[in-house]
Amino acid sequence: MSSFTEGSRLGIPIALGYFAVSFTFGIAAARGGISAWQAAFISLTNVTSAGQLAGLGIILASGSLWEMALSQFIINLRYSLMSLSISQKLSARTPLFHRFLMAFGMTDEIFAISAMQKNPLAPSFMYGAMALAIPGWVLGTWVGAMAGSLLPSYLMSALGVAIYGMFIAIIVPPAKRDPAVLTAVVLAMVLACLFHFLPLLNRVSGGFVIIICTILAAGLMAWLMPIEEEPDDV
Amino acid sequence: MYDLYIYVLVMAGVTYLVRMLPLVLFRKPIKSRFLKSFLYYVPYACLAAMTVPAIFFSTDYTLSAAAGFIVALILAYKEQSLIKVALGACAAVFIVERILTLFL
Repeated sequence: MSSFTEGSRLGIPIALGYFAVSFTFGIAAARGGISAWQAAFISLTNVTSAGQLAGLGIILASGSLWEMALSQFIINLRYSLMSLSISQKLSARTPLFHRFLMAFGMTDEIFAISAMQKNPLAPSFMYGAMALAIPGWVLGTWVGAMAGSLLPSYLMSALGVAIYGMFIAIIVPPAKRDPAVLTAVVLAMVLACLFHFLPLLNRVSGGFVIIICTILAAGLMAWLMPIEEEPDDV
Repeated sequence: MYDLYIYVLVMAGVTYLVRMLPLVLFRKPIKSRFLKSFLYYVPYACLAAMTVPAIFFSTDYTLSAAAGFIVALILAYKEQSLIKVALGACAAVFIVERILTLFL
């Protein structure tokens, strides 16, 4: 089987999952008054759930471009680690244009299946996964935003909680297994609440609140409970 | 304040650079234990900060959102799929809001 076909095969469940997640992003965008085509454009150019939701919040609040850039940098910093890890799996002779193209599809899920491949990783494996996952992500956004502008408001209210449900589904299982993750999660939530409810702190705009809470919670935990060193065999 | 496409340009540009630069520039793995740990905690801290307290303002009533939050926590604790957790939370919001509208 060619590596492109193999990547596509593993990309099917990713595309289905993306459709569902981006559907909820489309709803959130429509609730904020963004058109279905604009929402799909955001998904096509960004391909990242948490970053897009934070970015949407900044757009809707008319935040600054500085705030936008910084929030995307912090929230998506984890992709740097993934790209770094994948760079170790590539043949040293992999041309630059492949590196430029592969970088576009570096999401949590595509990274996960790529990291499982044996060395050296063929760029076409990632292209196979991207060829399904990215259309799934964009289409789900468009359909969600269209549904959002057509459905009655009481249904939209119920669907408004969906993306947060997804986030909870992502953070709870690892928090259950690793007390350090649980601590980081609770810490970040408490900090975010302080920024929302305390006077003065509640004047800080949403994008910066997420940046500050993320850095404080992750930084404090990295200092207090650093992860175990693994052998360098990634 | 700015045009939507200016925001999207900045957003997409930064996101792409974060993904692209390590792949193009670096060939060596991160050695710093602190940095590795920080990056390990970032996704969880970030998603948590985006979820609470925002989830409580995501629906028409705080009470219905709280019901959705609790149902999502229970389903996620039972390791249900992303879609089941999200739909369960939506169903809880829907049911609680239908009950609320009977009394309001």
